[in-house]
Formats: sequence, C-alpha cells, structure tokens
Amino acid sequence: MKNDLGRDVPEGFRPFRGADASTTEPHRLIPAKPAVEKTVFSVSLSDVFDRLGIRDGMTLSFHHHLRDGDFVINMVGAECARRGLKDLTFAPSSVFPCHAPLVPLIESGTITGLVTNYMNGPVADAVAAGKLKRIAIMDTHGGRARAIESGDLPIDVAFLAVPRVDRQGNGTGCEGRSACGSLGYAVPDAAYARRVVLVTDEIADAVAKPELDGRFVDIVLEVPSIGDPKGIVSGTTRLTRDPVGLKIARDTATLLLRIGALRDGFSMQTGAGGTSLAVVPYVRRIMVERGLKARFASGGITAQYVEMLESGLVRTLKDVQCFDLDAVRSRRENAAHEGISASEYGNPFFAPAPVVDLLDFVILGATEIDLGFNVNVTTDSLGRIIGGSGGHADTAHGAKTTIVTTNLVKARLPIVMERVTTVTTPGEDVDVIVTERGIAVNPKRPDILARLEGSGLNVVPIAELMAIAHRMTGVPVRPASRGRIVAAVRYRDGTVIDVVRQTGR
Amino acid sequence: MKIGSAGTLESNDALVTVREGVGIKIAIDSIVDAFFHDQIDAAVRGELALLGVTGADVAVADKGALDCTLRARVRAAVKRMEG
Amino acid sequence: MRRSLLFIPGNNPAMLQNADVFGADGIILDLEDAVTVAEKDAARELVKEYLNTWEFGATEVMVRVNGLSSGWLGDDLDAVLGDKLTAIVYPKADLASLRELDRILSELERRKGLAKRIGVVPIVESATGVVETDAIATFPRVGGILLGGEDFTADMEIVRTREGAELAYPRAKIAIACRAAGIDAIDTPFADVADAAALERDARVAKSLGFGGKAVIHPNQIEIVNRVFAPDVTELRWARRVVAAAADARKKGLGASSLDGKMIDRPVELRAAKILERAAACGLGGPDDEE
Repeated sequence: MKNDLGRDVPEGFRPFRGADASTTEPHRLIPAKPAVEKTVFSVSLSDVFDRLGIRDGMTLSFHHHLRDGDFVINMVGAECARRGLKDLTFAPSSVFPCHAPLVPLIESGTITGLVTNYMNGPVADAVAAGKLKRIAIMDTHGGRARAIESGDLPIDVAFLAVPRVDRQGNGTGCEGRSACGSLGYAVPDAAYARRVVLVTDEIADAVAKPELDGRFVDIVLEVPSIGDPKGIVSGTTRLTRDPVGLKIARDTATLLLRIGALRDGFSMQTGAGGTSLAVVPYVRRIMVERGLKARFASGGITAQYVEMLESGLVRTLKDVQCFDLDAVRSRRENAAHEGISASEYGNPFFAPAPVVDLLDFVILGATEIDLGFNVNVTTDSLGRIIGGSGGHADTAHGAKTTIVTTNLVKARLPIVMERVTTVTTPGEDVDVIVTERGIAVNPKRPDILARLEGSGLNVVPIAELMAIAHRMTGVPVRPASRGRIVAAVRYRDGTVIDVVRQTGR
Repeated sequence: MKIGSAGTLESNDALVTVREGVGIKIAIDSIVDAFFHDQIDAAVRGELALLGVTGADVAVADKGALDCTLRARVRAAVKRMEG
Repeated sequence: MRRSLLFIPGNNPAMLQNADVFGADGIILDLEDAVTVAEKDAARELVKEYLNTWEFGATEVMVRVNGLSSGWLGDDLDAVLGDKLTAIVYPKADLASLRELDRILSELERRKGLAKRIGVVPIVESATGVVETDAIATFPRVGGILLGGEDFTADMEIVRTREGAELAYPRAKIAIACRAAGIDAIDTPFADVADAAALERDARVAKSLGFGGKAVIHPNQIEIVNRVFAPDVTELRWARRVVAAAADARKKGLGASSLDGKMIDRPVELRAAKILERAAACGLGGPDDEE
C-alpha cells in the first residue's frame, strides 16, 4: 500500500494522508492511570520484576532525559535477559550509543519490538541491519505522547529514571547529582502506563517542585546510580564554528528580519545544535539592536536560551528537555523557565493546542531535502538510521514559518535531491531552505518570496539549488533500497509517512 | 620503484598514491563510494590520460573530494613520482 | 570594490571550494605563507585546477605567489595565469622585484596568448617597500597595494601591537600614494580572529586614513570589514540622486544630466550604480534601512 506521498506503508498500518488529515478525526483517550494504594520502595530490580509480574510480550517504556549517560535502560534490559524473558517491546523515547548492550538482547529475541523517536549508534545499526524481529516504530515527540494517550502504544511498565524522589514517591528532574532538568518525555508514560516505576539514586525527605506525582507511582527503586552526569550533557548541543554554518546562520537571521518574523512578542524554537542553534546569537543581536523581546522560546533548552531569559530578552522558556547544566540550573531556580510535557509540547490533540502551534518560527536541520521540500532526519543517504524526527515534524507543522538550515553539500554529497531516502517531515510543512549557496522558498509561500525581493539574499528555486550542488559534485548515483522493511516512520497522527528498509552489508 | 603521493585524509580531500605499473589500475577507498565510484574512477583515469601516463597503480583514499581536487592530487602525485 | 580580501590557503580543498561563499569582495588563493615548502607543488596544482574549473561568480580571484628569491615564482605564474585571475598578489614587494615580475608576466602573457594584462597587487611589508611606496603605486600593472603589518614590523625589528600605532606612518603613506595614483589601498589583516570589537576598531582606523578595504584571514571577519568599508549614508544618498538624475535626463531625451551644478558623465553614473549595487549586496538601501 502507498500513502499520499507515494511511500510504502506496511501491512496493518494506516497511510499518511496529509499533515492536517487527523484534525477532523475524533481523538480517543484511554483511561488515565488510577492512583495507587501505596507507593512501594525497593532496592532490588529483581524484586520489582517479581512484584509487577513482568513477563514475555510486555511493553516497557523509558524516557531519554539522561541522554548518552543513561544507565536505566541497560539495567532493565539486563534483568530481562537474566530472566530469559522473550518478545518484549522496549519503548524508550530515544536511544543513544550508550545503549549498545541492548543489541545482544535484540539478537537473542529478548527484545523483538522497538518504539522510539530517535536512535543513533549500535542499536540503530542493528535495527537497520534487520536484527529486530518486528518492524520498529519511529514516532515524533508529540506523536509518541498521542500514541500513549490513545492506546496505540500501550505501556505495561514505565521505568522512569528520576534524579531525586521523596518519601511519598514524588519525583523531580531538577535536583540531585544526576539532575537532568525537565522530565517532559516522562509525563505521558507516568500518566498512562499500567504500572509506573521511578528509578532513582537519591531519596530525599522532600522535593521542591515535583514533576511526577507520587500518588500514581507504584514502585520507587533506589539504585547506586541512574546515569553518568557527563554523558547527560554530552556533546550534541554545540553551536557550529564552521564558517559556512555561521554564514548560513547569519543569512537565516537576516531572512527572519525581512519576513517580519522578528517582531516584539515573537516566539521561537531552534534545533539542538549545529547550524540551527547558531542562528540564536544573530537573532539575539537583532533583538538587542531593535529593542525586541520574545514571548517565549521552546523545545530543548540550552545555555543560550537561559542567557536570553536572564537578560530579559525572552519572557518565558517552555522546556521539554534540558540539554546542559545551565538549563538544569535555570529550570530549578527560575519560575519563568517552565517545564512542559511531551504532550503539551507536540501532541496534535493536546487541547486547546500544543506549544508547537504557537511558534512564529522554527529552525531545523536536515540530512536530506527533496524537490518537494520533504525533509529526512531519520536516515543518511545510505539508508542507515542516524536519528529520527524528535520534534522535527511536530514543530514544522505547528510553526508559522519553518526554516531548514543546512550546508548544500556535505563531503561531496548534495543535501538537496530529487527524492529523499526517507521522509520524516512532509514538504507541505517546510517553508524555506537556507544553504550557503542559496535560499529556496516553498512555492506555497509567495508571501515569503515577496518579502525577500531586494533583500540581497540569493533566493532561487529548489531545483536550481540541486543544480548548483550537482555542478560542484557531479550527479550522485542514488542506490535503491530493496531490503525488507525494518522500521515504520510514524507521523504525529499515527499514520505511516515512510519506511526504512534493511541496508545490505 | 618510483612512487609519488599527494593530498591528505582531511574532509573534502583525497590521498592519492601512484606507483609505476603495467596498464592502469585504480583502487578506490571512498566515503562516498556508493554514490560516486564511477565518477572518481573516471576523474583519475582522465587525468592520467592527459598526463600521458599509460602504466600506473593508483590508490585513492577519498574523503569526498570534488573532481577538480582529485585531478590536482593525481597530477601532483604523478609529478612527484616522476621526480 | 575591494572592501574585503579573504586569504585562502592554497593546499586546502575544503576551504578552496567554499571560498566564494562568504561574501568577500575578493579571495586571495595563497601559495606563499599558508603552504609548507613540501606542499608547494601540490598547492600549485590545486589552485590551478580550481582556477580552471570553478565558477567564482561576482567574487574577484587573486593568487599570492611565492617571491622571486624563492625559486618558485616562475612555476607559480605559469600555473595560475589565465583569464579568471584579476591580479597577482606579490609578497615583500619592492621596485626591483616588481620590474622583474613585470618582465616575467609580459613574457608569459605573450606565450599564452592572453587577452588582457594581469594586474599586480604588491604587498608592502618591508622598510624598503614603504620607502618605495610612491613609485610602487604608479608602477605599471599595479591596481592596489596591500599592507603587510606582520612582516613589516619584523623587518623593522619592532613590536607588532594590537592597536597598531607602529603602523601609522606606513598606513598613511600607502593610503595617500594609492589615492594619488587612483588605485586601491588595502589594510593589513587583523590576527585575533576571536576579537570582533578589536577588529572593528582596527578597520575603522584604516578607513579613517583613507583605506578602501582590508585583508582578512578568517571568513568570520568579512561581515565586519564589509560593513566598515561599505558605502556610508552620505555616499548612498549621493548615488541615489545621481542615478535618479541620470534616469530623469534620459526620459526627457536630454543628452547629459547634472547634479548640484556638476555634470554627471558616464563614469560617475556607473560609479553611482555600482555603489547602489554594492549597497544592496551589503543588505543596505532596503526598507529596513530607511531613516
């Protein structure tokens, strides 16, 4: 079966029919988790497994706020393997290279299903190589919340790493030696999983601003350490220092000004690092020059945004994830630095509207873009899984203007192509592509084209961007993917927008 | 045995090593092999022909070099080989 | 216009293939100080290949060759001379070496059957160079002079400082000689790439002495340098009025136009159009900049 973008849809999945198709559908909600009689405290993971009766075929979920420093997922995986459990579905909101120990579990059939929003490293390679028995599902951040609330992703047990928990089972991400800040991706799990386990390495008498309510926590498991703090703030969120990336960032800020996106009270979000984050200092300079203030900045929060909040340039931060210790500190200390759940952030059915719908603009990255403005952030051009939507498709849909910043050519490979290897975000939601050699505007946005006239920016049709790249690099051969489907890329409404096929090795 | 080498393993460059040989043999190890193998081969072959080289064993360690870089590296390597 | 000239190491493909992206008015592909002795030959091939195949668009392309005493000058020039090149940047220039350079260039141009005579931008970076500046500025082929602060202070055995007081005399001398000769005066690069404020101060000092541009060693310096040396508001207003007056005269079928009592002849009109074009390229002169 094919979907509206002409991409394959596996058996048993619903096809993508456009970014707004879901808005007319009724949104069903499964019952929220009821309160527990009494929160149990344990120091043995095995004990937790016994108490909860964890058995074959269950779905276990996790959040990724400890990023590449997480210990919890591997810990739970090891216990599953030790018990000889089979056919489990693991649903971590993201998977990082530190989760390599899950690969033997995938190979042995302990884990046969995977649901996640982003994956990188040995687990991603194993999925792409076809080692996972069932088709993996890749959601967006907002889509995962939707899936949990609607029952599309039914969770038996949520194992939620929490840096500090009090004696009533209330949990916070802002305190403790493994502090990681906002626990936005844990909230839907905590509200809808059949059973909830908070895994912590610090039990305290009291917790200042709990994000997770102890009344709904079945078990608190205390372990020596939930993660490595260095890994928690690991390298993803550096601004680029590449002069080409900085030129792109500077042009993007100029473009934002020209199209009227930088007015007093605007709202913004950028990607977590690289070129898109590098736009922030240039926007900041314009804001200072013109006396502009932003209503809010959202998404993954970094030190750059904390600085703007503290200088009064931004009124509020809506934080679904902290990317560095500065963000953690600010989240803890500053009331204007709010935590939001994954659902409030990007769930298309969040009432009255998710935060992404309030954005004036978002700056995103891409591994590939095609002539239809479809964007790939899931695979590289060889079809290997190197990421996933995260909040990409959510913000692209919600924001008034969606801008993708990218080098036109990376190591001889043109980023603009006829047809992307994998569609993560549909072209209807992508408005502008900014590269170092030219800017392309989606024909759906004649208003943007009009405002860019006379700007001195090199605006060209997207086909011309591809031609410019080809004149430099030559026309690449695009290997066709022929293997079996290993992953379904699920759009935020639960339909399948594309698939990932096994990469032959 | 005469041998010449030019270029680096930096991104967008290629390290080209040319040895005297019988006929033209080109071994390519490229990060973009799946996309540009034939193009890389043609660029190297073309430059050797322009230089009038009919016998060479060429090893190309490529990090995404454009054709003009490949040609320049081949030319420099051949000139270094010829001394 | 030569507000910014970006030095690009000649042996670095990644930088060569992005050289034209940064908005510098011109790029100087460097075969001299940026290239180690062992790589002079490889760099030469790389720069030659880029010159032959690359589309540089509006960016001016120059090459800094090795000096006469290096023994590499002949090979450098033979490799790079062609129609894409607008100028040879010649290091540690003095009259004697320029005479020899002129002779070699004429010979090569004849041998290659080149359509135009290549220009030379000598780098004045020695005591002798400063002393001979007036003659260098009027030397045939010379279209501009670049000041080389580091080598100048080394030759003088004095300290190179951030604020550059020691360059006051060579700067003034070069700026004046270039103005008198009607050629470009280009200031020395600023070494501290991380200090944007200091770069701007240094560029403004050069501008205040009459320099029209500055060499840069990192793309991040281009925006500031282009801005400092961009047409200012007065120039912009003048250019707009000239273009309007000329257009008006043409509409009325008049042969010539005048502004403030002075005739606007073709070169003046072209210069005004260029200023507006460059201003637009700087992002100036648009609705955001109206006062």
